[in-house]
Amino acid sequence: LQIYLPIADLPVNVFLVLGMGIAVGFISGMFGIGGGFLMTPLLIFVGISPAVAVASVASHIAASSFSGAINYWRRGTIDAALAMMLLSAGILGTATGVWLFTELRAVDQLDLLIGLSYVMLLTTVGAAMIYESIRAVMRAYHGGPATLRRPGSHNWIHGLPFKLRFKRSKIYVSAIPVWAIGFFIGFVGAIMGIGGAFILVPMLIYFLRVPTATVIGTSMVLTLVTMASATVLHAATNHLVDALLALILMIGGVIGAQYGARTGQKMRGERLRLLLGLLVFAVGLRFAYQMVIQPDDLYSIRHVRIG
Amino acid sequence: MRRAGFIFMLVLMASHADPVAAERLVVSLSNHRVAITSNFIGEELVLFGTIEPDADNPKLRAAYDIVITVTGPRQTFRTRRKQRVLGIWINVDAREFVRVPSYLAVLSNRPVSEIADPETLRRLQIGLANFLLPQRIGPDIADTVRDDPFRVAFVRQENQHGFYRESASAVTYLTPTVFRAAISLPADAPIGNYEIDVKLFAHGAMIVRTNSALEVTKTGFEQYVADAARDHGLLYGLATTLMALLTGWIASVVFRKD
Repeated sequence: LQIYLPIADLPVNVFLVLGMGIAVGFISGMFGIGGGFLMTPLLIFVGISPAVAVASVASHIAASSFSGAINYWRRGTIDAALAMMLLSAGILGTATGVWLFTELRAVDQLDLLIGLSYVMLLTTVGAAMIYESIRAVMRAYHGGPATLRRPGSHNWIHGLPFKLRFKRSKIYVSAIPVWAIGFFIGFVGAIMGIGGAFILVPMLIYFLRVPTATVIGTSMVLTLVTMASATVLHAATNHLVDALLALILMIGGVIGAQYGARTGQKMRGERLRLLLGLLVFAVGLRFAYQMVIQPDDLYSIRHVRIG
Repeated sequence: MRRAGFIFMLVLMASHADPVAAERLVVSLSNHRVAITSNFIGEELVLFGTIEPDADNPKLRAAYDIVITVTGPRQTFRTRRKQRVLGIWINVDAREFVRVPSYLAVLSNRPVSEIADPETLRRLQIGLANFLLPQRIGPDIADTVRDDPFRVAFVRQENQHGFYRESASAVTYLTPTVFRAAISLPADAPIGNYEIDVKLFAHGAMIVRTNSALEVTKTGFEQYVADAARDHGLLYGLATTLMALLTGWIASVVFRKD
């Protein structure tokens, strides 16, 4: 069953897109992430232009993170004060990201920006996750105590000024790293079409010592707000959001996520992190490979919209 | 003998100067309006034509050639060229093709190079190689030589996507004076007005030309979405976000785990 995507301007098989939504939804449910870093490359792979893919996936992630955020809100595991601080900088980061996206698209370097961002972010984050989880797996294998560095051991970040107390998470940290993280997530999210949960959660844990109880729910609120504002800004400036594509992805995504969550609960945490790390690293390598090999055709065409 | 030759010359000149004295060309298109709906996968239109003798000159020539040029709505494109910089392939150079047809089909009954001489083909812009594709070069807008690498790459890519094509078998004769031509539109055919220019040739010279037109429109939901995205970007973005939130909320209600 072929349907015509009005903004991407091409016909796609509705079951293919729905299947991609379910598959990515499954993985996202399993790891508790949005899955944008998989969805955006998949859409590019089936022939949707990187610009439309990035802009449309933003609304898809807004849907899945809203669904997740509602669940965490019901359980009371969202630190609203921390979320507000993060997202105030997050929206600014998103706006900056959309601005850079628009500027580089005009000078034909948008694909380069998206590719480089994927390579740099995914290979480093993926490698760090693999390293960390292998150590955890080894520790568990040797029967040693599975002690992560506990909150309370202070690092340089806790020496920064403008300290604020977040009661829900029981942390006392400077506003500077909170804003920096929020801005960074909003910025890369708008450029890469990712929610960024796979980077955000480790950052909140390692840099801010946010406890595991509130870290997922709070990060989902930030993802929701940055992706919702990315959708609005991409639609208003570049007219690249394909609502029909996004809707099919959302439907597939929410269905897949339910089954993924059940599978994920059966697996051990460190194994799950290792698997996610490998996946993240592989996607980064795929982008690197694409940039290094000689393309089949050195020329490409872009339609210039006038007025 | 000399006088006869002179009269013959006069007749030739007269026929050249006065096209009314030539054949007439009547064409009809199967469908003037193509609607792109949600299940559009491309469409083939059929153009029928007859070559009719003129009332004053009922004699028909032995062999005719037909060249049909279909041009879609004009759009501006950028063609980028990649080059290896520090090990990775990036766009280093770009040219803008200004207001060129988004769809261009040259259909004929045999290769255009056999129908007329290169000078005539160039003058009448017949064939992909001869069609004017103006590029922005510095402050000027001009077509380049036909083997300019950007022009070649642009035509090749448009050809691969089915937007530009040249077919020497798309026009077939049903009788020596009745022909049909297949105009195929790709699934992602650009929206807008298409011009169809039909030229009749005999012995390497154009005798008469006529034209027709068709319109490709998006209809219903697709058109509505595309218009909204272009004309009301902010509202469209807000509506899409609202749709996302609604989908997320429905999912959380449907899959509630308690």
